[in-house]
Amino acid sequence: MKNILAICEKELNSYFSSPIAYLAMAMFAILFGFFFWNSIGYFVSISVQSMAMGRSFPMDVNEMIIRPLLLNTSVIGLFLIPMIAMRLFAEEKRSGTIELLLTSPIHDAEIVIGKWLAALCLYAVLLLISLANIGFLFLYGKPDWQPLAAGYLGLLLQAGALLAIGAFISTLTKNQIIAGITTFAVCLLLWVFEWVGGYETAVWAKSLAYMSVVAHFEPFAKGVIDSKDAVYFLSLIFLGLFLSVRSLESLRWRS
Amino acid sequence: MIKVENLTKRYDNFVAVRSIDFEVEKGQIVGFLGPNGAGKTTTMRILTCFMPPSEGTASVAGFDVLTHPMDVKKRIGYLPETPPLYPEMEVSEYLTFVGKLKGIPSTDLARRVKEVEHRCAVTDVAGKLISKLSKGYRQRVGLAQAIIHNPEVLILDEPTSGLDPKQIHETRELIRSLAGEHTIILSTHILSEVEQTCDHVIIISKGAMVAKDSVANLTSRLRGQATIALEIEAATGSLESDEVIAKLSQVAGVNKVITVASRVGRHDFEVEAQAGHDIRADLARAVVSAGWNLNELRAAALSLEEVFLELTASEKAKGASE
Ligand SMILES: Nc1ncnc2c1ncn2[C@@H]1O[C@H](COP(=O)(O)OP(=O)(O)OP(=O)(O)O)[C@@H](O)[C@H]1O
Ligand SMILES: [Mg+2]
Repeated sequence: MKNILAICEKELNSYFSSPIAYLAMAMFAILFGFFFWNSIGYFVSISVQSMAMGRSFPMDVNEMIIRPLLLNTSVIGLFLIPMIAMRLFAEEKRSGTIELLLTSPIHDAEIVIGKWLAALCLYAVLLLISLANIGFLFLYGKPDWQPLAAGYLGLLLQAGALLAIGAFISTLTKNQIIAGITTFAVCLLLWVFEWVGGYETAVWAKSLAYMSVVAHFEPFAKGVIDSKDAVYFLSLIFLGLFLSVRSLESLRWRS
Repeated sequence: MIKVENLTKRYDNFVAVRSIDFEVEKGQIVGFLGPNGAGKTTTMRILTCFMPPSEGTASVAGFDVLTHPMDVKKRIGYLPETPPLYPEMEVSEYLTFVGKLKGIPSTDLARRVKEVEHRCAVTDVAGKLISKLSKGYRQRVGLAQAIIHNPEVLILDEPTSGLDPKQIHETRELIRSLAGEHTIILSTHILSEVEQTCDHVIIISKGAMVAKDSVANLTSRLRGQATIALEIEAATGSLESDEVIAKLSQVAGVNKVITVASRVGRHDFEVEAQAGHDIRADLARAVVSAGWNLNELRAAALSLEEVFLELTASEKAKGASE
């Protein structure tokens, strides 16, 4: 446990002493801000219209703003997660510091979990930025906080899963850029797999669609925490971390 | 303390280390000497549990590297060929991180960091970013991280490479000062480094062990066949090198004389002495009595290459006679 924290702390330090963390934060803030104020503007114009037409049905802030916003945030994550995950192991392999980690009295799993936790923490910091925006909704409206919490849990689970996969991919190469691009491609595939479910009902299409992160994230965005979605993300996290540990082990045998 | 038996390492089909055997006693400093690609780094990486051997066994303090890697890692401090530094960290921040990895209790950590900073003379740069350090300071920080947990065994891969002469001297002093409390294996290309720092030497070439001896034995064995370099010039007129060879060959204890270089009236020779003879004074007298100028006379230091030739030749001779 102590070792995991030591690795995690070191990794967070290097995120924040390199441009990556700030770049990710800036990109996230800009994109999220755009989506946020966009949906606020849309919401306001719809409200004004319906008031002009004399109808005063209660507008649902959760349904109209928060849900689409959560879905958009998960798309932003798709682009930022490869950026966060790519350096985890590739950089250590390139600079030779992997030799320090692998010859220290710590377990490979502790290295992997520590690094993954640090990446997840950075992503959580990004989500905090988004919460600052969402705070406005609580000032002016009365959104329901429970579905919001479920949505954020979903975002964290999704990021955890994709970061674990990214960490694994990063163990395979010395080149951060290659790791980043490959992770992005894999994330994108896990995203678009859902589309085949739209026109095909064969078993292969269904299983591909099942593998899609979108299908499992959508319920969270609606505020529904379904155990089978949680299990999906948790298994992806476990798989990614497990493969990373095995890959580190085989690195010893190969190198 | 360290025991290596029949150690072999293959990369795919390439044999990098071929059935090496050696033992290192507690408190010894052993030099690992060999040219590029000899397999020094590979052997060290196996000892530090960075990679497993293909065949054979290696153990440190009685713990096998394959079956008890944690126990081995706890007892080893390792300076890899390129010091494993994080450029974005400050020196003391880095040493604190390594201390945590090595399992130093948090109550001792700050004190240990201060101690090794002092010991490796990096106290003045303790607050500097590692990316801003010169090569020599990086090497010292690398050494500091290797000794931070006061390990029983130190494995140093080319600890003096890339340093200036003053720093080389200081690093050797530092390594010597670590002897006794630690068992040390260091690798190098430089023969004189082994002479100056180590008690024992293991010479490997192309993955195979060529010699394993105490430094004192090895040097006397090699010094026995010392070679003297001479530069001789005609006092007046011209001088043929054959003339000189004929004259020098008559000196007692001379084995062989060869011409290394010839210019007009001036020649460089190498004279090989028979084992156990110091022929320098006699050579000088012979040259002067012949009326030539003796411009230079020195013991030609054996280069690493020559040591290998020497050793492999004598091994072959031994093999043939057996
Ligand atoms: N990861 C690897 N894959 C394949 N071959 C390798 C690998 N690492 C080393 N080798 C080969 O194994 C041999 C021994 O290499 P090693 O690095 O142990 O030599 P060395 O004695 O440390 O040399 P140097 O003095 O240059 O550091 C070399 O021929 C090298 O090309
Ligand atoms: Mg080497």
